[in-house]
Amino acid sequence: MAETTTRAFMLGEGSGTGSGQNLQVGVGPAHPAMHGIIRINAELDGEVIRKADVEIGYLHRAFEKDCEVGGYNNAIPYTDRLNYVSPLINNFAYASAVEKLLGIDVTERCKFIRTAMSEISRVCDHLTCVGASAMELGAFTVFLYMIKAREFLWELIEDVTGARLTISYGRVGGVKADLPEGFAPKVAEAFKQTREVLDEVHRLLTGNRIFMDRMVGVGRLSREETLGYAITGPLLRAVGVGYDVRRAHPHWAYDRVEFEVPTQKDGDNYARYLVRMAEMEQSMRIAEQALAQMPGGAINVDFEGRPIDPAAYVDQGKQGKTEGLLLMPIRLSPNLQGQNRPEWEAVNTRDKRVILPPKETAYGSIEGLMNHFMLIMEGYGIRPPQGEAYFASEGANGELGFYVVSDGSDRPYRVRCRPPCLPPVAALHRMIEGEMIGDLVPTFGSVNMIGGELDR
Amino acid sequence: MGVGSFFTGKLDEAIGWARKYSIFQYPFVTACCGMEYMATACSHYDVDRFGAGLPRFSPRQADVLFVVGTISHKMAPVLKRIYDQMTEPKWVVAFGVCTCTGGFYDNYATVQGIDTIIPVDVYIPGCPPRPESVLDGLMKLQEKITVQAQRF
Amino acid sequence: MRGDEILQRLRDRFAGAIVETHDHRGDHTAVVDRAGLVDVLRWCRDEPELRFDVLMDLTAVDYLKYPGREDGPRFEVVYHLFSVGHNHRLRIKVRVDEDDAQVPTAVDLWPIANWLEREVWDMFGVRFAGHPDPRRLLMYEEFVGHALRKDYPINRRQPLIGPKQ
Repeated sequence: MAETTTRAFMLGEGSGTGSGQNLQVGVGPAHPAMHGIIRINAELDGEVIRKADVEIGYLHRAFEKDCEVGGYNNAIPYTDRLNYVSPLINNFAYASAVEKLLGIDVTERCKFIRTAMSEISRVCDHLTCVGASAMELGAFTVFLYMIKAREFLWELIEDVTGARLTISYGRVGGVKADLPEGFAPKVAEAFKQTREVLDEVHRLLTGNRIFMDRMVGVGRLSREETLGYAITGPLLRAVGVGYDVRRAHPHWAYDRVEFEVPTQKDGDNYARYLVRMAEMEQSMRIAEQALAQMPGGAINVDFEGRPIDPAAYVDQGKQGKTEGLLLMPIRLSPNLQGQNRPEWEAVNTRDKRVILPPKETAYGSIEGLMNHFMLIMEGYGIRPPQGEAYFASEGANGELGFYVVSDGSDRPYRVRCRPPCLPPVAALHRMIEGEMIGDLVPTFGSVNMIGGELDR
Repeated sequence: MGVGSFFTGKLDEAIGWARKYSIFQYPFVTACCGMEYMATACSHYDVDRFGAGLPRFSPRQADVLFVVGTISHKMAPVLKRIYDQMTEPKWVVAFGVCTCTGGFYDNYATVQGIDTIIPVDVYIPGCPPRPESVLDGLMKLQEKITVQAQRF
Repeated sequence: MRGDEILQRLRDRFAGAIVETHDHRGDHTAVVDRAGLVDVLRWCRDEPELRFDVLMDLTAVDYLKYPGREDGPRFEVVYHLFSVGHNHRLRIKVRVDEDDAQVPTAVDLWPIANWLEREVWDMFGVRFAGHPDPRRLLMYEEFVGHALRKDYPINRRQPLIGPKQ
């Protein structure tokens, strides 16, 4: 910094008491910044942090060990709770890693659904991150606005998956169920409200003197250190490296939608804030394009047969009156799991070793019933061949990788989640050494540590 | 039963009424339930209309400890210490199924229910509980505060 | 560079240290001898056409109960490397026995290895020779055992530790 900043002017050059006796302060693990639990042992000289030691592991819930206990689909609820602000991305990344291990591909409609839902989840994550860090700097109104916007998006997610936060929507080989009817107009309305909120937040924060004084030049990390610490995601893009897994290794439908990857140059907290705000707009763009381009269009029943009420269908099947049941269509909401054949074919890959058969087949024929049975019973189920696979997707904080090792049985042998927020937290001590204790709060907020993902 | 116990009964009710509508919570937020806690505390499912809108981030200044999210064995001593630092009268709300019974984390790292460490007043199950459940739990806590014998 | 070209360059340069290579499901992997590990990693990072400047992940797998590998070396330490400039990936693995579970550290090459190696020590008990700060990362210090090993039952309860003094 060539000219004297306001901070150096007010505090004098080289602030610190200079007495040589440092004060040990433990920040956390239960601290008000509602990000998660982490402990930072800071050695303070006056108000300047001389050394910091970051201690994690307070939310270790044995994700990797728990995944080895049940089948491959049993691990999906555990992956929900990794990055719990954007759970859809974790689900789909894990399912894609297992699909890579199996060597199967999902249907086109499923890819577009995964893309759109991931982007909605990513917007939720950035809203939470920017809102929470603004709240810690005193801008409580911004937090309320952002959580309001997040509620609109959670209503969308609830329409599709049935739950607001821990959705367990992805499955190996597809997704749980198709989108509900009339989804695209609801998305348009929710995005309109979200864009209004983002507009207001821009007017409140982006040129705000106090916000900029606290965020500009704080928590800076150089390009070499960022790469050396394997930091990816918005923090890497804030130093000018435009690495985005969606561009570098296009998966799902990311090669068929247009979006930009915003970057900044400075690598400080303000740059990270600008990157996140720009990314939210891009994510909404991607979701709108994905919904517009979705194949499979309206849901038709295209063969004749009398439609029957699903409960009556099941009764008839259980009583053994199965003639003609295979061809008779049932009319369930497209959003319910275990659905009728037209929707099932649209979103699930046609692989009997992986996906449960549609209800018409399971109740109407003995092969379908056996298929269903074999997939559910212990010892059978999804059995990828022996091997290992690593799949990387772009989580909200960076590259989210799943490394799955299979031994040929129906339980995963090893599931490793490469957490995108571990590298920034490992580099946190580099970001705050030399800064003042009050700068710890915006720096930690811009790192967006999610405890579930960090400690697994 | 004389006139004296009538007055102390009414006094208890009055103090209980005052205490239940001015809840200062300490949100001990660890995990995913924190997101639903934030949603409950914000404008959509406003918890401020119950008088519980101001979180006090110091245990000395709070009276209800909302334990929100999974408690691991590494975190358990911290929780006990925070609980011990709170002054009477204090209540504890176990928010989310991980705090009630450990949730589906039946493993070496998770405390199987915080009632193994500290006494709990209200259990709010759910993974995570919907904000409506949280408000229901809060109202149950308010009922409990009203009917208990107030000591001061 | 394509993955098979990278593996070919590795085999040409370090013929003695490479035990085997494969590209199952498109992930190019090289299994390396422990003695040559640091040289291989350093060359991968510094060679201009490879330039693997990012250590994406460092983890381990316990092959105790794997059908067909119960008699071989127990642990396999896995390094996932990535190059931002060239956009290619590589996986390097090294096999170690249970009674000599030691691997040279990669902290001088990539600073993130500090925490990742601490996690492997915490979860598997594999030591990293030369690591500046070998403490547990995720579990508390008084925890006995290494949690992700296959012979550690998931339900084992240890006595709750008391408040820190």
